[in-house]
Amino acid sequence: MPQMTSFFAPRRVLPFRVVAVALSAIAVLTVGLMVPSRAEAQAQPPGVSLSTRYVAGQKTSVIVLPVNGTLGDSVATMLSRDFDYSDRFNVVSTSSAPMVNGPPNYALFSKLGVDGIVQATLLPSGWVRVALHDVSKKAVLNSKDFPLPSPTLSPAWRAAMHGVSDAVEEWITGQRGIAQTRIAFTRGGRVWIVDSDRANVMPATPSGMSPQWLPGGRGLVYSVLDGVRNPIMMTDLGTGSQRTLASSSGIEHSSPAVAPDGRTVVYARGSDTGTDLYAMPLEGGAPRRITVGRGRASTQPTFSPDGQRIAFMSDRSGHPEVYISDLDGTNAELLTAAAFGDRDYRAGPDWSPDGRLVAFQSRNGGTFQIMTINLRDQSVKFVTNDGRNDDPSWAPDSRHLVFSSTRSGTRQLWIVDIETGRSRQLTFGSEARLSAWSPRLLSQ
Amino acid sequence: MMPVSRLTLVLASTTLVLGACRKKPVVAPQTETPAVVAPPPTRPATTTPAARDTMEEYRTKLAATRARLLETIYFEYDADELRDDAKSNLDAKILVLNANTAVKIRVAGHCDERGSDEYNIALGRRRAEAAKRYLTDRGIDASRIETASFGRERPAVQGTSEESWSRNRRDEFEIIAGGDQLRAQ
Repeated sequence: MPQMTSFFAPRRVLPFRVVAVALSAIAVLTVGLMVPSRAEAQAQPPGVSLSTRYVAGQKTSVIVLPVNGTLGDSVATMLSRDFDYSDRFNVVSTSSAPMVNGPPNYALFSKLGVDGIVQATLLPSGWVRVALHDVSKKAVLNSKDFPLPSPTLSPAWRAAMHGVSDAVEEWITGQRGIAQTRIAFTRGGRVWIVDSDRANVMPATPSGMSPQWLPGGRGLVYSVLDGVRNPIMMTDLGTGSQRTLASSSGIEHSSPAVAPDGRTVVYARGSDTGTDLYAMPLEGGAPRRITVGRGRASTQPTFSPDGQRIAFMSDRSGHPEVYISDLDGTNAELLTAAAFGDRDYRAGPDWSPDGRLVAFQSRNGGTFQIMTINLRDQSVKFVTNDGRNDDPSWAPDSRHLVFSSTRSGTRQLWIVDIETGRSRQLTFGSEARLSAWSPRLLSQ
Repeated sequence: MMPVSRLTLVLASTTLVLGACRKKPVVAPQTETPAVVAPPPTRPATTTPAARDTMEEYRTKLAATRARLLETIYFEYDADELRDDAKSNLDAKILVLNANTAVKIRVAGHCDERGSDEYNIALGRRRAEAAKRYLTDRGIDASRIETASFGRERPAVQGTSEESWSRNRRDEFEIIAGGDQLRAQ
């Protein structure tokens, strides 16, 4: 079934038939499917439906009950927003829910069109207890107590709450969410970090651009174009310490990529012989040359999930295209092939964590749009169509992308769900660009 | 006191000329005799008028020489080929460099904001190398020319019009050694 085909939401409520399978003491769920037939979906007149929400009959409706206590509003709001931003649920407004003490009136919620109820309770210990109710089964499906660090509402507390959202999402869909992630980006000549829900915008480095995350989110690798030694740097986000990885006078080191095992960094090295990719061990050691461009440029590397291959952009053919090669530069092949006609500029590849897709930017009608190419069948899809869009970076779910766009005026970061096409603005204020989505940040 | 104020006047006019040349937006013909502040006619002279004019002329020429060496060259969109006006400009630089063998320069390539930011670092590098290659092919020792790129990170002018972009696609020149020994051409 094509992913980008528009399936619009039928307004009727879907039953929440749940098959629970015990697997390593974790209940993995399959949400019941009452999929409208293809004909039924196509019968929906275009333009009449509510939104661009992806449904295909599978989107579960959830509601977060109001939460008692002074932090109750914050908890309910964060959970609701995280579920909404996951683009996997129809989120029913908390304000339409009655305050519930004890078991909820399932019949009432069934009438509201709710499949799942998320009930959070702040415990005296500072932990939060979260129960997920299956409305059609009239039963609690799962319940767990989660620790919340103090002080409340601090970045660490918010990160832990996002982790709660992600766990509940896993109870329902079988796949952990991406709320507990951050996005590093470039603004005003330094690297910043923002939470996935736009909170906690903070500078992370004194200078630099083009950040990339180390495994586990423990640090960032980035480049500094200072006109002197133009180094590749690494910062430890725990201690704030900075370390130089590659640096030499009169050379531009730029566009780093970190191997999935965190042991190797690949970057572009610009000198009088051109701009080529080099690999070096993160712990130090001699750089090893990957590409030999003879004056042409290769840059913007990205690793395959198994760390064995890289995609990168090169103008070796006379104009910028995306290539794939082994990590030592051999077996290079053009990925973005001639099917693009006169759209002669492709750049900024990023390999999806599930290995299926490479996202990139392609010039169309004088400006850039984000596209994906499927590595199995080479099929391509447009992800954006509004403004200028650059430098996509995948979320850990291989479904959301962050990129910069001029669609709201100044260049800002936006997030798009490639399944639904739904997008939201992540940054506001002065220009933001060259971003990287963190891996899941499990430990806090 | 008079020599001091004369010197101040000369320095001021030199700065004026330099400033004027630097601000030239796009490639423009070099003014052979830029306007300078004329000395007050009634002031008692410490040197003869003829000597003073020679001094003035020399300083003016020196400023023009320096400006010629530092004058920015411009590129077409997404291109690192040297335009004809850029080549004429580099030819003029060659005369200066040949007459001033102690002088070393740095060429820094820049881009407009339109291409991919990270690819622009590579493109800026190629623009700098294009100028360096033109100079070395015509006899300038490669050790006298350093190259660098700033991609699109340091625009000369802000703006999103072709007018702005055309002024940002450029090579900037900087004297990194021997500038104090520069002799006028």
